[in-house]
Amino acid sequence: MKTIVKYVFLDLIRNKTILVYTVILAALSISVLGFDSNTSKGLLSLMNISLLFVPIISILFATIYFFNSIEFIELLLAQPIKRQKVLLAEYIGLASSLSLAYMVGIGVPLVVLAPGAASFMLVSTGVLLTLIFSSFAMLIFVLFKDKTKGIGAAIILSLFFTILFDGLLMVFIYSFSDYPIDEVVVGILSFNPIDLARVLMLLKLDVAVLMGYSGALFKKFLGSSAGTIYSFSFLLFWVVLPLLLSVRVFKRKDL
Amino acid sequence: MPITGTKILFAFTALFLSCVCMGKTIRVRPGNNAIKSAIASATHGDTIIISEGTYYEHDVHVTKKLFIAGEGNVVVDGQRKSEIFVLVANGTVLQGLTIQNTGISSMQDMAAVRIQNAQYVTVRNNKILDNTYGVYVQNGSNCLVKDNIIRSGAVSEQNSGNGVHVWRGEHLRIEGNRIAGHRDGIYLEFVINSTIHRNISEKNLRYGLHFMFSHDDIYSKNVFTRNGSGVAVMFSNRVTMTGNVFKNNWGDAAYGLLLKEITDGTIEGNLFERNTVGVYMEGATRIHTSKNTFQNNGWAMRIQASSSNGSFTENNFISNSFDVATNGTMVMNVFKNNYWDKYDGYDLDKDMIGDIPYYPVSLYAVVTEKVPTAMILYRSFLTDILDKVEKVMPSIIPDQLKDDNPVMKKLRL
Amino acid sequence: MIKIEHVTKSFGRFKALDDVSLDLEEGRTISLLGPNGSGKTTLIKSVLGLVIPERGTIEVNGQRVKNNWQYRSHIGYMPQIGRYPDNMTIEQVLNMIKEIRREHTKYDNDLVEGFELKKIQHKTMRSLSGGMRQKVSACLAFLFSPDILVLDEPTAGLDPVSSEMLKEKIIHEQDSGKLILITSHVLSDLEGITSHIIYMQEGKPLFYKSTEELQEITGEEKLNRIIAHIIKGQQQALKKGKEHENHR
Repeated sequence: MKTIVKYVFLDLIRNKTILVYTVILAALSISVLGFDSNTSKGLLSLMNISLLFVPIISILFATIYFFNSIEFIELLLAQPIKRQKVLLAEYIGLASSLSLAYMVGIGVPLVVLAPGAASFMLVSTGVLLTLIFSSFAMLIFVLFKDKTKGIGAAIILSLFFTILFDGLLMVFIYSFSDYPIDEVVVGILSFNPIDLARVLMLLKLDVAVLMGYSGALFKKFLGSSAGTIYSFSFLLFWVVLPLLLSVRVFKRKDL
Repeated sequence: MPITGTKILFAFTALFLSCVCMGKTIRVRPGNNAIKSAIASATHGDTIIISEGTYYEHDVHVTKKLFIAGEGNVVVDGQRKSEIFVLVANGTVLQGLTIQNTGISSMQDMAAVRIQNAQYVTVRNNKILDNTYGVYVQNGSNCLVKDNIIRSGAVSEQNSGNGVHVWRGEHLRIEGNRIAGHRDGIYLEFVINSTIHRNISEKNLRYGLHFMFSHDDIYSKNVFTRNGSGVAVMFSNRVTMTGNVFKNNWGDAAYGLLLKEITDGTIEGNLFERNTVGVYMEGATRIHTSKNTFQNNGWAMRIQASSSNGSFTENNFISNSFDVATNGTMVMNVFKNNYWDKYDGYDLDKDMIGDIPYYPVSLYAVVTEKVPTAMILYRSFLTDILDKVEKVMPSIIPDQLKDDNPVMKKLRL
Repeated sequence: MIKIEHVTKSFGRFKALDDVSLDLEEGRTISLLGPNGSGKTTLIKSVLGLVIPERGTIEVNGQRVKNNWQYRSHIGYMPQIGRYPDNMTIEQVLNMIKEIRREHTKYDNDLVEGFELKKIQHKTMRSLSGGMRQKVSACLAFLFSPDILVLDEPTAGLDPVSSEMLKEKIIHEQDSGKLILITSHVLSDLEGITSHIIYMQEGKPLFYKSTEELQEITGEEKLNRIIAHIIKGQQQALKKGKEHENHR
């Protein structure tokens, strides 16, 4: 398994798309952090960039990569090696190279230009989002036979988490605003990794007071260390769940 | 031994007073009830010079007009028993002392220096440390509280008092004090025609400066930072607020300036920076807000619908998360000629004034005002899009609340 | 060597394999023939464990295929389409599979040398032509001298010289007692190397006979003539059967 991870990783770090992705992220973070004396604002901009691009790029790139590797995966499966191992190795190789791209593109400029707890949070949530959406991509790969349909599903899924989910949440909040729904909202929020990452990040910046204003529970709960552990566990859950599902489906999949 | 400025001042004052008032000068050295006995032996118009040392005395009542001054490092310690100085005679001066450790009581307001039913009293250049109340003016007029350092380590609002506390006063001057660590830095109740000038009030639990039922006062060039909230003006009329700095009043419910039930105020040339809410207005009538800078606040202004006939002109709004929030739809205030950094209109006729109006209340600000829970979606992609769409076609945001003449460039204030 | 018993596999309503039972023994080069959709590829993939049949069992060297992966160390597989990660070099691909099949330490480098891959081993897979990639695939299949070789359209896209080289290699392996399973559309390419023929139709093997036997029955020499003869005969038989039914 290590072998496959190694070679997939070596292949992907020379992949043009990943290189371009890294360079664009680096350019964005240097321009945002370099030209703005206000670090907090720079981090907010980088957060919005990450929340928008990381999920979509990760899921699209990973889906396309998996479907393009189908013949290679078949060749690997014809070798004396367990099915799950091939799949997981492909995932680890892919997810680690995408994460590396993010860490180099966003992490390195942050360490140099704005070291601190908030930067650390941005990098770790960004990496987690990369892992999560690569994991979703793998699920799509094992569920769909057709590449075009798979890419379609990837786009729909990322749009769902980027905007549609929040829209529905907004409608929910609006319709039940007369009831004490803070806890319910935190519960619902846990089902969207992008929202979790956003709130975790915001709570590390001083705009957090906006969330605590008028006594809302979010800052009190999610801002506490228990809340941070809660959010991180849920993010990890979102990495593991699609992975487990894909392994299950893949066991019985015909190639 | 170097001759310090204070000493020269002191020498001159002593010389002056001894010549003009013809009072005698009494020197006090450390000893049992030394200050009290000196006062007892003094007569109207005398000067009492307290020599360097620590004096353990409390409930020192100054019942005749005296000039009391410390020489060198004079510490008067109340040993947490009771009040320390009580000034009841007109024209008394208390200066150059370190006054510390009043008692703590829930029955009585314990003050380091209490001015009671007196006029023309001066309290200056003192260090007033670790007391429940610092300077307590109870029914005074024409008094001066100047250049004192008033500091305490209050931890809860219940067991603490204010740095400078005034209950009934007129023509007071509170100037150049540094106040920290009290409940309110300065608290004014039933105070009229007074000025609060160049004080620095910081790290107080509740407000840096607090007005209750006080009219025709001016506060200017003060700095209010890191307080529970900067300044609260409540149930007061004709208060003028100019050139102050409201900064870093940052917390879950922190305001730079809180206005409640006030009329005819002026807010001019102030800087509101990094407060959760820059200015909060509730029941504020005819308040004129101009030439202020609002920078990096959560909300620059929250204007409740109960506020009316105010004007907001020539202010700078820069990098605030929300410029204006309001809970109403019909807003009876005028916005004109302000600079809004979020304005993305155009200026085709090049008169430096934007050709289309600016709506300072964003859709998301309206939503969160109605449903605070929606704040959980702050900075999400969705709310950004909604705000952009709403700016183009206003339908929910209060379309009466707009700046018809937004200036294109940051105003130099 | 490979024992297939009552294997059935359907994709939706379509039956790709319908109760197939076959015994594939060592020392044979078996050509798997048949029209498109007859179940050739499904059969190969079932043996490799890529497709999981819903009924029946497959044994390779006595080991069940289902829920097993160790048996694949006896198999070398050359896929029909060889696609590899773009930025891997030939050397990396070879090393990678070597590292996966760590239990083998002796390598059969005949084809690697024959195709002169060493010279171009630093080229990335992206830059290779289809034929070149086929050569890499062929090398991988033979590299570990496995007991069983599964070759899916091996000669498609190969130049005549390489194609000849591959054939010789196949004959050589058969002579040393291995089982070789080949599918191909180009019957002339199988000429001279195939010892047995399985003809698949509609998910069932129509026949499984040695080349000599077939030559005897049909009286034809060439493979394509043999196949044509049989299919003709079958169609006539079908016709007759129908006429027979009509008479009734």
